Amino acid sequence: MNIKIRNKLLVILACSTSLISIFQACQSQGDINYARYYTNGKKLYDTHCQNCHGAEGQGLAALIPPLTDTVYLTQHRDELACIVKHGLNGEIIINGQTFNEQMPANHQLTDIDIAAIVTYITNSFGNKQGLYDVTNAGTDLKNCRH
Amino acid sequence: MKFTSLSVIMILILASCSSDNKKRLPILGNREPVEKTVDGKLVTDTLYQTIPSFRFLNQDSVAFTDKDLDGKIYVTDFFFTSCPSICPVMHRNMMKVFQEYKGNDQVRIVSHTIDFKYDTPSKLKAYAKKLGAESDQWQFLWGNKNDVYNIAEKNYLVAVNEDKNAPGGYIHQGWFILVDKEKRLRGAYDGTKPDQVDQMIADMKTLLDEYKDQE
Repeated sequence: MNIKIRNKLLVILACSTSLISIFQACQSQGDINYARYYTNGKKLYDTHCQNCHGAEGQGLAALIPPLTDTVYLTQHRDELACIVKHGLNGEIIINGQTFNEQMPANHQLTDIDIAAIVTYITNSFGNKQGLYDVTNAGTDLKNCRH
Repeated sequence: MKFTSLSVIMILILASCSSDNKKRLPILGNREPVEKTVDGKLVTDTLYQTIPSFRFLNQDSVAFTDKDLDGKIYVTDFFFTSCPSICPVMHRNMMKVFQEYKGNDQVRIVSHTIDFKYDTPSKLKAYAKKLGAESDQWQFLWGNKNDVYNIAEKNYLVAVNEDKNAPGGYIHQGWFILVDKEKRLRGAYDGTKPDQVDQMIADMKTLLDEYKDQE
């Protein structure tokens, strides 16, 4: 009796394990693409953005704005690529606080790198905007006000 | 028998504890032996590298000298306000040191700008305010290029320089240098690494305890 129960449990365990692995293998093309952008974005963020904006996107006091203002990042989604590439000057209000320092430009970054960074930022630190791909970046970067 | 071995172990543990309590930080930098005569006998003493006298302007445009650090232990770093690379990390970490020792009159933080052209005292004042570091305990110092670069490289042993190709126009190391009340170097920590800064916060306590013992 005991052995029967154990065997049943083993079968259930084996089935569920294989089911989970099948589901994982069946991750859609879109998910994989998103994961690729996000992972690359994190690497690029650590290199180019983290020094100032922090590992948790927390910014620095009243000097460097945090990246946690979901409303700002949603409303300015089209401008984020331009900000990463050309930097920022002048006053902005983030989480109700005014910031007025200069953000340096990153002209060396390619469209796909910028797309990865924007994907990472807009899906980290409490943000959840989904994929921002190289086509989005290409379009937005043509319309920069610089 | 068992009891004996157990008590031996206990004694060993206790012994190791008490030696931990007397932990002292090393003295860094150059040193040279000096011979002098004490009571008619020739003795050899060690002369440690110390921070010489200096005079800079602080964020209130008031002269700040080595005398203002008499009887204090302090941490020094080199930065500039428009620095796009390691400075924000350094001061994010230094903020932790500041919070930890806020109100302790034996502790100071001294940040030197290496951007002698742009970082005038009023710029430093605005920076300190925005950083949330408006306090006598944290001094932001401005000086001419020679004075600042000299004290950085010769006395604090931190490399700084102008470099047109570097982001922001300057290159520098992110060391936090811990100096004791005798103005000797007692520690150097990578100010960009949170774990090293935590170590420094702990070492500052060890250093302060040295003076407690002397009282």
